[in-house]
Amino acid sequence: MFDKTLAELAKGLDTGEYSSVELTEAYLARINKEDGAFNSFITITDEQALNQAKAADERRATGDATAFTGLPIAHKDIFCTQGVRTSCGSKMLDNFISPYNATVIEKFNQAGAVSLGKTNMDEFAMGSSNESSFYGPVKNPWDTDRVPGGSSGGSAAAVAARLAPAATGTDTGGSIRQPAALCGITGIKPTYGRVSRFGMIAFASSLDQGGPMTRTAEDAAMMLNVMAGFDKHDSTSLQTDTPDFSADLNQPLKGLKIGLPKEYFPENLNPAIAARVQAAIKEYEALGAITKEVSLPNTSLAVPSYYIIAPAEASSNLSRFDGVRYGYRCQNPKDLEDLYKRSRGEGFGAEVKRRIMVGTYALSEGFYDAYYKKAQQIRRLIKQDFVNALEEVDVIMGPTTPEPAFRIGEKTSDPIDMYMEDIFTLSLNLAGLPGMSIPCGQVTAEDKSLPVGLQIIGNYFAEQKLLNVAHMFQQATDWHLSVPPSVVAESK
Amino acid sequence: MEWEAVIGLEIHAQLATKSKIFSGAGTAFGADPNTQACAVDLALPGTLPVFNGEALQMAVKFGLAIDAEIGRRSVFDRKNYFYPDLPKGYQTSQLFYPIVGPGHIDIELADGRHKRIGVTRAHLEEDAGKSVHDLFPNMSGIDLNRAGTPLLEIVSEPDMRSAEEAVAYVKKIHAIVTTLGICDGDMSQGSFRCDCNVSVRPKGQEEFGTRTESKNINSFRFIEKAIKGEIARQIDLIEDGGRVEQATRLYDADKDETRSMRSKEEANDYRYFPCPDLLPIVIDEDYIEAVRKTLPELPDARHARFMEQYGLSDYDAGVLSAYRDLADYFETVVKAADDPKLAANWVMGELSKFLNSNNLGISNSPISAGDLGGLLHRIKDDTISGKIAKQVFEAMWNGEGSADEVIEAKGLKQVTDSGAIEGMIDEVIAKATPQVEQYKAAEPDKRGKMLGFFMGQVMKASQGKANPGQVNQILKKKLDALCD
Repeated sequence: MFDKTLAELAKGLDTGEYSSVELTEAYLARINKEDGAFNSFITITDEQALNQAKAADERRATGDATAFTGLPIAHKDIFCTQGVRTSCGSKMLDNFISPYNATVIEKFNQAGAVSLGKTNMDEFAMGSSNESSFYGPVKNPWDTDRVPGGSSGGSAAAVAARLAPAATGTDTGGSIRQPAALCGITGIKPTYGRVSRFGMIAFASSLDQGGPMTRTAEDAAMMLNVMAGFDKHDSTSLQTDTPDFSADLNQPLKGLKIGLPKEYFPENLNPAIAARVQAAIKEYEALGAITKEVSLPNTSLAVPSYYIIAPAEASSNLSRFDGVRYGYRCQNPKDLEDLYKRSRGEGFGAEVKRRIMVGTYALSEGFYDAYYKKAQQIRRLIKQDFVNALEEVDVIMGPTTPEPAFRIGEKTSDPIDMYMEDIFTLSLNLAGLPGMSIPCGQVTAEDKSLPVGLQIIGNYFAEQKLLNVAHMFQQATDWHLSVPPSVVAESK
Repeated sequence: MEWEAVIGLEIHAQLATKSKIFSGAGTAFGADPNTQACAVDLALPGTLPVFNGEALQMAVKFGLAIDAEIGRRSVFDRKNYFYPDLPKGYQTSQLFYPIVGPGHIDIELADGRHKRIGVTRAHLEEDAGKSVHDLFPNMSGIDLNRAGTPLLEIVSEPDMRSAEEAVAYVKKIHAIVTTLGICDGDMSQGSFRCDCNVSVRPKGQEEFGTRTESKNINSFRFIEKAIKGEIARQIDLIEDGGRVEQATRLYDADKDETRSMRSKEEANDYRYFPCPDLLPIVIDEDYIEAVRKTLPELPDARHARFMEQYGLSDYDAGVLSAYRDLADYFETVVKAADDPKLAANWVMGELSKFLNSNNLGISNSPISAGDLGGLLHRIKDDTISGKIAKQVFEAMWNGEGSADEVIEAKGLKQVTDSGAIEGMIDEVIAKATPQVEQYKAAEPDKRGKMLGFFMGQVMKASQGKANPGQVNQILKKKLDALCD
């Protein structure tokens, strides 16, 4: 049962092989038993999940069900969930019970989905390893000494460890794709604005985008069908029509033009990673695709400009966490300034504080033009690079990450080293483009198999194309079926 | 040394939208604390702003009314600072691309001079909540009802040179926003408040002196007092060898003085940057023209029309056109009375006197414009005299009914029967032999003045009801007949 995809589980619910309550109980039992090893959940919502499952079974009985009714999933703890602690991985919100639902949560509720719980994440989604969480690091199911990636590391680990068939994530600079790659699952960051940000606690508003993290592209399409759509509560949400993301999954890839940016295959790229990605591209050629070298000349500017823009927005977005209305408040504040300083000083972790300080500096009087404005100009150049390249090709491919999962603690002392982890992913957030990561093989490190992710980048609004390209690969290969060795035995 | 003041004003006008600028919460004043604040206003994690199009329309109306450029693409920026009544830790405002660009208004001064004052810009922003410091021992309360109320911040050029000019400017802006119906103009509730930037310089000097800003002044009188006081303070300071420090000051109406709130060194770095949660507002010519069609007649245009159409003096037309309520009232009276000058005299005279002494605004007048017009109509058609009309007015003010009802009930209808009037006159002449003799003895050109006595006697005899014109005419004829 735990190896089944969402699509397969939906069939089981349809045929009555099991009820949603049975499915939910099984998953809850498995989470409670196994998650100690991974720490992928912050909050397990047993009671709410079972109530939702009961309601879903009743709804199915009336014939009023959607494709999603009764399917259990997990949500990144960045989505506000009514009546449930929504911590964003921070001590600052450890006591915050959201009085309202994020639009994404609301949409899953309306579809009749069951929420198993809230998954662990880097504090306020700031991190690439899940080590900045107030609730402790998440362990990669492929090697529990290693990180699962971040910031949606809890969601990625939960799906990889078969603690949930699918989960939501958010991606500001790679936070869906990088952990998906490191945990061997499928993740898609949609076009900016495709999924409502309302109720999704903001890190960097112009970059944040929610998306699905699943076992397969087919499941990602199912999730996206629920998540996507215009939301009047989010001024930046897309007003364009929302297509059926499952409709084009099986389109043949003959003649597909794949662009290979030379900047995504640098000389110092881990050769084992490069080999797995090259092999995947060979597989695409076998499916009828044509490859072509393209160039994204401003790639090297992506990390520095991202690390101005994202912290600048974050420094403002996180101002609301001031100890006044909700969240952490220091003990016995002397006066207002003491209340602010200690509530924020004690409530935020080191990485969050670092980014608030960087962002505050970048926006300061006299520095704005040199930093923020310059970074925005670079952002336009990066976007133009993609626009140019995507005039020549249908999709762009490359590795999702330069390295496989690294060891917990390995990069915590060097933020720049950690930031380079996102070198291939964050350009897309700057450009607002959709991107996907799918498993394309494994490399061996210290006797452990570690997954490798293939990144697929498409044009604006081209999620259907990306899902189609990913799905056809998954029809022809079985990398996406690989289960972490420690997990296999237990899920039988 | 002769000094000259330089004054620039920032006016915050609360826009009269039904809901807040970025949320669906209501904007009514006076609700229980925190009952008009939704998740967005409380800045709960994850909430996002959605711009209220009604506020845009109002801002564009204002821009058109002051003949300003309208920003075809305006952008919201975040002004970052920490304060407990600022829930998000930033105020959403417009720094770089405001909705209203340069415009101007003309003010009239007491000596009849007109002066053009530049409006640099007007931009949309959200109001903060309120901190309450005197309700809970050792703690402050926060009321977020006002948080997110739309404001139009109207920034003038430093074009004013005296408190009088500043007040005339503020009154004109006040008249414009209330005429447009985009602000209720209620200064006591903070719907319309003013920050005054004041500096002084030796007359003839070109560059500006160091300025201070006095914040949130909420009455015309306080604006005048605060500016006068600040000008005097600065001149005294400089003449005593001191220097004006650039600072934000607070006007204390009780003490009638400004005091320093924070100096330049303590000033915040607001770290403005474009708000990534809101799209730029892009508007086209069609939108602007559609808004232009909804503009009511503005005070200046009405002023000119009142002179032209009703033959009013510049002064009377100015007073009657300054406020929409008053101007509308006046025109309704004109229509019912069919006599613009009579209407102007009564609205600016008797009615204003009663309203002022009862501390009422025109919208709260117990006598409706139609009823006042009805009263004036009875003067015009000689049913009553002007003097009796004041008596009827007072009865109407006290709720005793319409003019016709009061005239009927009190039997105040004017006597126009010339037979009856002649009878009264004969009686008066018969009793006033000495005065008649004086009249007869007087030089013919002095007699006119002496007519007053007999007029008074006849009017008294008629209890004021005799038609004064008729009395005058008949009286003159009869007395002159005695002289022959």
